[in-house]
Amino acid sequence: MLELRGLNKSYGAVCAVKDVHLTIREGEFFSLLGPSGCGKTTLLRMLGGFETPSAGEIYLGGNRVDQLPANQRQFNMVFQRYALFPHLSVWENIAFGLKMKKVPASELKTRVEEALALVQMEAFAARDIATLSGGQQQRIALARALINRPKILLLDEPLSALDLKLRQQMQVELLALQRRLKHTFIFVTHDQEEALTLSDRIAVMNGGVVEQVGTPQEIYEYPRTLFVARFIGSINSIDAEVRETRADVITLTGLARAVSGTPKRPFLIKPSRDGARPLPLVPVGTATQILVRPEKMKILKTMPGPEQNAVEGILKEVLYQGPITLLIVQLKEGDGPPILVSQQNSAVTERRGFLVGDRVFVAWFPEDCILMGRDSALPSSEVVLSSPDFPPSATSGPTPNSAPNSALNSISESKGVPGTRAGTSGMSVG
Amino acid sequence: MAEKIRPKLKTPPLLVLPALGWFLWFLLVPLLIVVTYSFCTKGTYGGVVFKFSVENYYRSVNWVYLQVLANSLKLATLTAFCCLCIGYPMAYIMATASVRVRSLLLILVILPFWTNFVIRAYAIKVLFGDYGPLNHLLMRWGLTHDPIPFGNSDASIWFGMVTNYLPFMVLPLYVALEKFDFSLLEAAKDLGASSWRVLWTVLLPLTRPGIVTGFIFVFTPALGEFVIPDLLGGARTLLIGSLITEQFLKTRDWPFGAALSILVILIVMVCLGIYLRIEAKEERNAE
Repeated sequence: MLELRGLNKSYGAVCAVKDVHLTIREGEFFSLLGPSGCGKTTLLRMLGGFETPSAGEIYLGGNRVDQLPANQRQFNMVFQRYALFPHLSVWENIAFGLKMKKVPASELKTRVEEALALVQMEAFAARDIATLSGGQQQRIALARALINRPKILLLDEPLSALDLKLRQQMQVELLALQRRLKHTFIFVTHDQEEALTLSDRIAVMNGGVVEQVGTPQEIYEYPRTLFVARFIGSINSIDAEVRETRADVITLTGLARAVSGTPKRPFLIKPSRDGARPLPLVPVGTATQILVRPEKMKILKTMPGPEQNAVEGILKEVLYQGPITLLIVQLKEGDGPPILVSQQNSAVTERRGFLVGDRVFVAWFPEDCILMGRDSALPSSEVVLSSPDFPPSATSGPTPNSAPNSALNSISESKGVPGTRAGTSGMSVG
Repeated sequence: MAEKIRPKLKTPPLLVLPALGWFLWFLLVPLLIVVTYSFCTKGTYGGVVFKFSVENYYRSVNWVYLQVLANSLKLATLTAFCCLCIGYPMAYIMATASVRVRSLLLILVILPFWTNFVIRAYAIKVLFGDYGPLNHLLMRWGLTHDPIPFGNSDASIWFGMVTNYLPFMVLPLYVALEKFDFSLLEAAKDLGASSWRVLWTVLLPLTRPGIVTGFIFVFTPALGEFVIPDLLGGARTLLIGSLITEQFLKTRDWPFGAALSILVILIVMVCLGIYLRIEAKEERNAE
């Protein structure tokens, strides 16, 4: 088990990593996900021993490791550009770590051969690094790290230099490898789809702060902050004001004039069907936004019944993308950003006959939406964060500085179940 | 190694002419003159008599002159080695510094070229002189009562040589290190290598072309150097450069001087030839 306690890294006045608390379990495929400059690579480099934390501690199985130099940690790293030694052959590259540890020649030979077999590169042992393709170099970099039997393998965007087809193939291989070896993998990526596909759990980072830790499904379905909601996949937002709160339903009034009917038809929000997302505690009158994933919405020609939320608009664009079709709807009277709806192109192709310029209704169920504050940093979004096992006293207080970390801790401890792979289809929208 | 892409473009021969002309007129022709002179005889009052003889070469293979040559080789090797030891960390710091600091350091390295090297040699002479700043300070601090004769010693020759030739070492090393991928050092560390082993197994092998270039750049001119040893050493140790100069300017035995010059050129060429052989062999092994 790897524990990060209050890890900080600042360069002068610039704070790259702020107070990160994380617990990473043994054998877990853990991803650090975020946009470039969010601190994920700095965090990984602190784990590898290439950066010294400004504050905080790292524990591996109860032993403090952050003061050890890189060559004494039982961590190995796969570098972004692989960092293979150009003056050594494939074989010598893989053997490098064992040679440094003065492993006897006979054992060295079998282990290098094993490592080569592991990445299916036996035929390339004598080759020069420069003659290898990107995917082959990637495999050698993996073998060179894994041969040392690291307690933890650190991967710094290892697939980002590969083209799409090869990247997807390497993702599958990487996952199979991790399942087989049962090593702990810590994987840095800016590609949300990649993180969703591979990870047991993901830590989403932004501005040096861990915004949320959870399984891919939790991250995608129940984002806890506006940033997470917007960064993972794409999401629609509709401004609304809280009108009435009850135990099982919140009623809101849309601020846009797109809502049909007189008086305006209210929006309803209910807890998710599995109960994983309870209703937030928000006072009446709070300005909020309703967030809905494009695949949770559908397009209708007529106003749906009162069991569904709906907005009215004009169909602006129909984008056929193979497995899905994207429909872009501009809300009536042009206010607010357009709504993105994605429809599965099923085996029996439905000719719904929607044409650009049609008047349509976008509908979704009250259980399928997320309520958040108008700005990402609002305490109300923190209120949305409250999980059932979280003491309400901490949630009600608007303390945005102290609340997130304790909240994150409780999440990482109580929720994420490793091995539950997200059933979400990694949508390629936005 | 990946196949190097060479432009298929046919270079217009006209563009090669200036370089070729320069090379022929200022390098090859003088060299041929030197070779010719080396096989001639000295005139009674100096000058060259065009009468074939191998007497000059026979004379130069003399124990005394070989010792002079050995002295020069020793000094040139020592100079190049010291320049490497001092220059490598300098180049490393330059290559890893921020862009602003880097250009500043680069200017500082090139700065000495803005003054004539005789002036620089004299500056060192003054610095190390009996009543120069160094002795002045030592006496003021009470470390010595009488001035220490730093000047006119092997140490001051060595110091002058290293100071003068350091940029020739730093610049090729800087070029090699600037292209170096420093994540390789982290990779080696990550795989358990100590700092010492990172240096020997990764950094030095991968920057060897720069080291070799720098060594040649320093060693070759240092072998024939005569101004610095004369100025700073008080002509106490005879070096091959000074010996050759004397033949031309003082003894006026041009054929003998020419023969000595050819010998030095041959030695340098043999050294380079051996090195290039080894290099080519390693290249072939790597493939």
